[in-house]
Parts: sequence; structure tokens; C-alpha cells
Amino acid sequence: MTTVLVLMDESDASRQALTLARQFGEPRSMRMDAVKPFAPDAVAAALARAADDLNVSAVFAPGTDRGNEVIARLAARTGLPFAANCIAATPGDPATLTRLRWGGSLLEEARLHSPRPLITVAPHTVPADSGPAPVEVDVKAPAEADLVVRVVDHVAPSNGGLSLAEAKVIVSGGRGVGSKEGFAIIEDLAGLLGAAVGCSRAVTSAGWRPHSDQVGQTGTKVTPDVYIACGISGATQHMAGLKGAKRILAINSDPQAPLMLNADYTVTGDLKEIVPAISAEIRKRR
Amino acid sequence: MRVLACIKRVPITGGRILLTADARAINTQHLGFTMSPHEECGVEEAARMIEAYRGDSVVLTLGPPEAVEQLRDAMALGIDRAIHLQTDGQEWDAEGTASALTDAIRTEEGASGRFDIIFFGNESADSGGFQVGARVAHALGRPLVTGLKKVTLEGSAVRCEQEVEGGRDVYVVPLPAVLTVKEGLNLPRYPSVPGRMRARTRPVAVSTPARPAPRLELVRLAVPAGQGRRAESLGAGAGAAPAVVEMLQKAGVL
Repeated sequence: MTTVLVLMDESDASRQALTLARQFGEPRSMRMDAVKPFAPDAVAAALARAADDLNVSAVFAPGTDRGNEVIARLAARTGLPFAANCIAATPGDPATLTRLRWGGSLLEEARLHSPRPLITVAPHTVPADSGPAPVEVDVKAPAEADLVVRVVDHVAPSNGGLSLAEAKVIVSGGRGVGSKEGFAIIEDLAGLLGAAVGCSRAVTSAGWRPHSDQVGQTGTKVTPDVYIACGISGATQHMAGLKGAKRILAINSDPQAPLMLNADYTVTGDLKEIVPAISAEIRKRR
Repeated sequence: MRVLACIKRVPITGGRILLTADARAINTQHLGFTMSPHEECGVEEAARMIEAYRGDSVVLTLGPPEAVEQLRDAMALGIDRAIHLQTDGQEWDAEGTASALTDAIRTEEGASGRFDIIFFGNESADSGGFQVGARVAHALGRPLVTGLKKVTLEGSAVRCEQEVEGGRDVYVVPLPAVLTVKEGLNLPRYPSVPGRMRARTRPVAVSTPARPAPRLELVRLAVPAGQGRRAESLGAGAGAAPAVVEMLQKAGVL
């Protein structure tokens, strides 16, 4: 059986990557933080060296920002093709795989023509491996040239408020909210629910809310128990951020809006009447 | 200083993606086009840098003849001129794209001088390969920092803030550098009418590189199955409020 190399950290995404990696061979692992402070070129260099030393048949990593970044650098350095955010992969010549496009709104079946496939696995699309942890490979001291790009400092998040990515409830507004001031009723309901405020891309592009509030493909991907979407049509850009939501309530005047058709619960009508009515009902019951 | 922004023309997909009959592309018959959102922030940042420090800004794309629209959009935001590597509309894989961009950058730099900063989007909105910037940076032998939400010039270096879980990691790298950025880096301006007028007269250098056989070869596309949400109506108008509150109680969030 051939050997494969897996770049891993403590995340579930890493153990999901391990699941696909096992289909290509016997895994060995390298830690994402093998070089501290993080220096992505040094990690990529260590992966390249270990891949040669062990003559691995493939290299895997989680499809996180860090995983994609390091494998892209490995691909550039070794002149090999790289398939990012795969959800399935089968070894062979060529290897066949399925990967995410458009933040998961579209699937691509592809062939990867490569002597050593470089693959990242899209988080939460494959079950996590529960087998024994693979044996870690040794990492030698990095070359100076590979330390030019390294983390030199860390800045804490600017808003001390609720993190969208971790919020259990999110009240989110779209173009239908109408203005920056229109978010007052969204904030009021969010306050009553202990919820974070979110929004669609149309809202951040208009400058009504900061980009840190944006849910979607180019914003934050969220996993709340309840997501309340007010006046959001549901473009693929937005839906790409909602796949992890347990329950979606859509409030919209257009019953045919994509989000109304892809929600668990819907209320049809004017959000400027409905949202304050929900807040009033919560207050009444307290 | 000299700054380059690299962009990609992508369709505005709206609510539902339809595929062509051979399932190898999105049916774009009724769709508009734009540049990828992350890249629009790269263009805006390039324009702001040249406004602040003076110099020369260029926008570069590889795409079909119609991609000149996105080059004009970038010039309407303030970029001085454009380079268009024209394709016949077939998709190029990331390796082929990076190789053609690298050649074009070398040619441009040979004629007009080195770029201090080259901006890419962190990943394209459509194919999401996460690698063209890394390949170009490596080929040019320049430092690369990815996923940036803030970029500040500090003399002959650039301070970069990368979005990570629990805040931002900071990198300081010497120029020239390649930076990949994310939406939220800035709020791109709305192009002014004079900006649009000016963009029409700005030069676009066109060449037609040959497409290498892709090693990541697209076979077909598919729209994933829905998540099976039931779209249960809780009513209409303000009268639905009690039903909504009951649902929230049942969900355990109230």
C-alpha cells in the first residue's frame, strides 16, 4: 500500500480530510503548526521534502483558509496541479474527484492528471475519521528564505460583540430592510433573542452595515440553531453561507423569493410590520 | 509606485444556477457579469494606493473578449490601463492561467518597470481554486500573503492583516510582494460618471495566449440536491407573530 501525507490541525476539518486520504493510501501526518510562528512557505517546504522522502502518492489537507493556502504554495513550489475543496476523490491515473464551486452552490466532477495529487477536502462534506491518529513526520529547521512570510503579531477582533460564526441565533436583513436606519427593528429583535445581527451582500455593498456582518460566500459561513432572514431574496452568494443553519425562518413580501422556497418556515408580508410584531409578542410573553 | 490588480470575469448567478445542455458551464444567457467580489476590493485598494502615493496602476485579466467590460469597470474605479489576455471562452485551469499571467507580468515589467504590489482575490467566485496568486508569486520569486482584510504600506515593506479564527494575524513583508485579498478589505466606490467616461478612452493591450491542456480537467458540473427544507408557512403579516414565537420556543432559543 502506498503512503499519503496529510496536513492536520486540531479541527474536525482535518479528520474529515483524513477520511478521503485513507482512500489513497496509508496516512502519515504533518502538523499545520509544525513551524511556529506560522510560516506558510516553511510548512509547504517541509511537506515537499516529506512527500519526496516518503515517496507519497498524494498530499491532503483540510479545505480551510490555512489548508488551501499551504497546499497552493506546495503546488506552486512542486509544479503540480491542485484540486481545492473536494468532497470525493478516487485514486487512479487520472484521479477522479468532485469539488465545490461557487462556495458549494455548484459541484464539479473533474479529472486530476498528476503523479502526486494535491487535494484539500471541503469542511463538513465528508464524515470525520475516527481511526488512530497517523504517525507524524519529523520537520527539520526551515530555511531563512521560507521565513520571510511569517506571522509577527496578532490583532484581537475589533468588535467585542457576538461572533456571527458562533452565534446560536442570527437575525439578518437584506435589501428589503431599505436603509441603514431600517436595521433598528432588526437590532431590537436580535437584542431580545440574544442574537447576532447579520446581513446580505447587497447591504454591505450599500454601506448600511460593516462587512463583518455579512453572511455568505464572501462573508461569514454560519451555523446557528435559528436563522431569521428578513427581506433577503436568497441569491446563491447568500445561500452559500447558510448551509450549516439548523432552522431558517424567511420573512419576505415575495413568496417566490429563493430564500422563501429554501427555508424551513416562512412568513409572507412586510418585514417592517412583521419584525416589530414578533418583538412585541416576545415582550408580551415576558 | 506601480500596482497591478488581477481580476476574473464571472456571472452574477442570482437565485438559481442553470447549466448548459452539456453541463460543462453555467447557462449565462440571461445573466449579467461582474468581477469576483474579492478582486473588486483589490482594484479599489490599488486605485487608493496610486491616489495616495502616485504612480501607475494596471488591471490584468485572462478571459473572453467580453471581459473587456470588467477591465473598463476597473478603470472606472481609477485604474490607469488594462492588459487583456483573450481566450475563446473555454475555461482555463489555474496552472495555465497562472502561467499566462506570469508571462504577461514579465513582459509588462520589462517594458515599464517592476510592480511594487500585485493584488489577486483570495479565490475566484466561480472555480474557487485558491492558487493562481500563489503560483504567480512563486514564479516571480516574490513573497505572498493571503486572505487579507487590511494592507498598509510601511516604507519599502507592507503590513498585512489576515483574517483568522479569533482575530487577525499580522505579516510584514518586503516589497515587491503579491497579496491576495478578501471582500471587506475596503468598500469599493461606486464608479462616477466621469470615471466611466474616462475608462472608455483608456488603453487596453490585447494578446491571445495559447491554452495548455488542463491537468485539473473539468468533466461536468452539477447543481447539488436541495437541503430538503419544507418551507412551512407560519402565516402572513403581523398576525404571524405568535406562531413565530412558538416556533422559537420549540427550537429552544427563547
